[in-house]
Amino acid sequence: MPSIPASTEPLLSVRGLSLAIQKAGPGEQRRVPAVTDLGFDLLPGETLALVGESGCGKSLTAQALMRLLPGAIRVTGGAVHFQGQNLLALPEAAMRDLRGRGMAMIFQEPATSLNPVLTVGCQIGEVLARHGGLQGRAARERAEQLLRQVGIADPARRLDEYPFQFSGGMKQRVMIAIALAADPQLLIADEPTTALDVTVQSQILDLLQQIQAERGMAMLLITHDLGIVARMAHRVGVMYAGQLVELASREAFFRAPGHPYSQALFAALPEAVGRGQRLKALAGQVPALEAMPAACRFADRCERRQPVCCNEAPGLTAQGQGGLVRCHFPGPQAGAAAEVKLVEPRVPAAAAPLLQIEQLQVHFPIRKGFLQRVCGQVRAVDGVNLSLTPGRTLALVGESGCGKTTVGKALMQLLPRTGGSLHWQGAVIDDADKGQRRALRRKMQMVFQDPFASLNPRMMVGDILLEGMLALGVADSAESGRGACIALLEQVGLKAEALGRFPHEFSGGQRQRIAIARALAVSPELLICDEPTSALDVSVQAQILNLLRDLQAELQMAYLFITHNFAVVEYLAQEVAVMYLGRVVEQGPVERVLAAPAHPYTEALLSAVPRIEGTRQVIRLQGETPSPARPPQGCHFHPRCPKAMELCRRDYPETRELPGGRQVACHLHG
Amino acid sequence: MMPFQPVLLWSDLLLWLLLACAIGLGIVSARTPHLRRAWSRLGRNGVAMAVATLLTAFLLVGLLDSLHYRERLPPAPGQTGTVYGVEVLSVLDGLLTHLRSRNEKTYSAPFATRLYAKESMETPAGTVRDYPRLKHGGAHLGDDETKRDADVMQRAFAGKVQAFLIWLGLAGGLAALLARRQGCSHQEAWRAIWRGETAIAWRGVLLALGGLLLVFLPLALLAGDYHVFGTDKVGQDVFYQVLKSIRTALVIGLVTTLVTLPLAVVLGIVAGYFRGWADDVIQYIYTVLNSIPGVLLIAAAVLMMQVVIDTRPQWFATAAERADLRLLALCVILGMTSWTGLARLLRGETLKLRELEYIQAARAFGVSSGRIIGRHILPNLMHIVVIALVMDFSSLVLAEAVLSYVGIGVDPTMISFGTMINNARMELGREPVVWWSLAAAFVFMFVLVLSANLFADAVRDAFDPRLD
Repeated sequence: MPSIPASTEPLLSVRGLSLAIQKAGPGEQRRVPAVTDLGFDLLPGETLALVGESGCGKSLTAQALMRLLPGAIRVTGGAVHFQGQNLLALPEAAMRDLRGRGMAMIFQEPATSLNPVLTVGCQIGEVLARHGGLQGRAARERAEQLLRQVGIADPARRLDEYPFQFSGGMKQRVMIAIALAADPQLLIADEPTTALDVTVQSQILDLLQQIQAERGMAMLLITHDLGIVARMAHRVGVMYAGQLVELASREAFFRAPGHPYSQALFAALPEAVGRGQRLKALAGQVPALEAMPAACRFADRCERRQPVCCNEAPGLTAQGQGGLVRCHFPGPQAGAAAEVKLVEPRVPAAAAPLLQIEQLQVHFPIRKGFLQRVCGQVRAVDGVNLSLTPGRTLALVGESGCGKTTVGKALMQLLPRTGGSLHWQGAVIDDADKGQRRALRRKMQMVFQDPFASLNPRMMVGDILLEGMLALGVADSAESGRGACIALLEQVGLKAEALGRFPHEFSGGQRQRIAIARALAVSPELLICDEPTSALDVSVQAQILNLLRDLQAELQMAYLFITHNFAVVEYLAQEVAVMYLGRVVEQGPVERVLAAPAHPYTEALLSAVPRIEGTRQVIRLQGETPSPARPPQGCHFHPRCPKAMELCRRDYPETRELPGGRQVACHLHG
Repeated sequence: MMPFQPVLLWSDLLLWLLLACAIGLGIVSARTPHLRRAWSRLGRNGVAMAVATLLTAFLLVGLLDSLHYRERLPPAPGQTGTVYGVEVLSVLDGLLTHLRSRNEKTYSAPFATRLYAKESMETPAGTVRDYPRLKHGGAHLGDDETKRDADVMQRAFAGKVQAFLIWLGLAGGLAALLARRQGCSHQEAWRAIWRGETAIAWRGVLLALGGLLLVFLPLALLAGDYHVFGTDKVGQDVFYQVLKSIRTALVIGLVTTLVTLPLAVVLGIVAGYFRGWADDVIQYIYTVLNSIPGVLLIAAAVLMMQVVIDTRPQWFATAAERADLRLLALCVILGMTSWTGLARLLRGETLKLRELEYIQAARAFGVSSGRIIGRHILPNLMHIVVIALVMDFSSLVLAEAVLSYVGIGVDPTMISFGTMINNARMELGREPVVWWSLAAAFVFMFVLVLSANLFADAVRDAFDPRLD
């Protein structure tokens, strides 16, 4: 953690910034406030993290600072001073000078923030020509230097390559190089690592920290991940429903957050509570912009609510050293510890397995040429053995592209299996038997990742729930299924009136509840959850995780939980399997694997996860996951493995049993 | 005994069938929330409602022209049974009898009282070369042709005053209706209309109606005694011709979609959903179709069809039936060659949809492919289909004009914008130039196509899924 230079003159000073969305209704123009009375200072060399759930106005704030707001959003008040200049009063020509040289921005999605038809060198050169007046050789040398600074090997060659030749993490490095090209004093990073895998995220965060230390640059970091905040920030601002509700130094914030919303954010994190405890999920959701309460905006969801909260809007009051909090009753939670109930769910001990997966293979042919000849195979899943038990959860973890979703889809018969066999309660499933395959559909169901894409927008909730029942013959007609639908909705915490409504009328969390109800409609014995919370905000994630746990305790279903989030694994699962390039590299009971990982990949993965309880030694992995079409010779992990030996380059290690019911595929344990 | 015998031509049947389908679609839309939302968005759009009013006027003319009958001939001496005329007339023809029957000898300019060409006439004073008087145009003026300008002005003014009064009546009635429904005063209802605060943009409707009345009421009043748009080579009234052309344009624009739609929707979805060899076959078919020059393909098909029709006169009782079948065949040929664009679009969209998680979820339940297509894919493609339909309409109307100009369009006896423009080829070449036929066809077709295009734009905006 670099220290802040002892300067008191703020680089950026925001006062009373208010933004509104211009809505053209029939006959009149309305303005819906989106951000209200936002104020903070940013010192040179300092990192301020803006935290909050989606829709709280974080990204709008960043766009307003750059004066890059979409057309429908207007600044309705306030002032932004950057190096003494009022940005909001500057003419556009002067603002163009400032963008890039004064402040630069990097965006969330590296794949779409680079122009795919221009070389990387050309895109860096654009900034150099605009702000430095550099052309030709000088510009090229400077661009090479920049690429080297952001850790790209062989910059002279890579300057002439196109964005598609770079991996996701490399693209984000290029974006950072472009942002740095004109030596900005302020870097605005809008969720810079959200689209990246955890090991790559760790590399990018390191890079940002190192660059900031070298240049003494200020950074405004927008994120929803408290782990990143703990690692990167000097000060933290929490936004809720368009307002800044708390501003505090990192130490004070993590020691004792003052605002009940900040406390709720912590309480909702799966890693913050011990195993077996219920997550403290916030009820409800962020109020809609149109229906913003005039008094405290958090009052509806607050446990500490008093009559005054619903009548009077709280102002920002000082708290601690330079901290601010917008609450009538700030301070640490009273009696929080007493409230935590220890509910150890009835987890049955390892019983007879429900489903055994042996040597599962899913290969996709690569076709080429006019006649579509098969000229290779993408081994998305290559020999996976798993075993699922009633009432217990197996978590399948790994980075994107490791084949974990493919395993789920192959089990659901959404993708054809290339090889391997399934045993349901000991009996082999015959692939050729249509009746058996149909019966299997009733026994397993799937909950998908994106609740916005997994419900047909043109169908009513009732029809969505009935579809599976009718298709699998659980219900004979819409009338007979209606009662079952109402019971299902109640089971997932929704009201019966939801039956006649359309998916767009529900929030993300409610939609995911509907998706879970749909899967439960055919009373499956195994539920495959494919990243069911990764598209949700942390407080909603907690609601869904609690729901999934309650359902498991009640219905004794087996879960195959596909995720990349170790905190969720730790919270929910009993067993875990770590996948890398289509194969399971380590498998075993959660507490053992997470406490003392045996495989170097598991170890690196675990250490790269940003944690709120402070920093620890991160094992830095080189590069990114190779393509499954051309896996490396020998052990797939050896090019990135810090402990690779000669043997690893030659042979793929066999899976070995370790004491404590663990299995690992690594030569270190040979 | 009936004074006429109803005749149902094939194109009439299809046109009325389409109207029934549109009404059915309207009822379905009213019951389906997302469609109702989209249509009500369309209803709030002033421009859309104005052009919809114009299109409705065109449609009314076209529908009146699609009720056909044959008149009973007066019994000839010594004849016992009833005999019907060979000429197939429509209700529109009946309404416009005076326009249809009062033919001149040849060209005459709009509002002219004399022919456009000099002729030798026998007069008591000897043979004179002069412009002869028209038989019908301005006949009521008698010998005093100088009164014509005053007469036209006076009648046009009277027509405009009447139009304004009728419009005021309509607008007042509408305001009263809205006031009663909303439970507010007339004044408030009136203000709401003009500020565009009503649920349907009545302002646009009223403005378009006002424009229509102001233009067509005076024309209608004048058309009784003058040829308001002049006459063509054989002395037929051009105003009558353009009104008759509207039906041809509508049939081409609408009936063709009956052919394209099933082809495009079925093949597009099948290709996108099932992939594999079905996709390959369908893609090859439309790539091949697309790579043959369209006009060439249509010309070949039309010529073949012409031979078939010409060698089988026994199929048709009247000339109208023959012309009608030719029109339908043209629709089919146009349809067969123009489904590829929409099919390609739908294939691409289906490819995207089939990977979406809700389709995966349905497949995980073992829902059959037919049901997935019917319940999940088709409803999510409907907005594209609606947009494509409305946009294709105008291009098909234009295509008819081009094909008739090339000589492979509708039957020469059938009046259409294309045949009118085709005739204008000669008229523009002669001296002095005959411009009114082309101008009238151009203005009517322009208004029709522009309205359809503006309406298509509005439909596309209203059905934009990002607004949902």
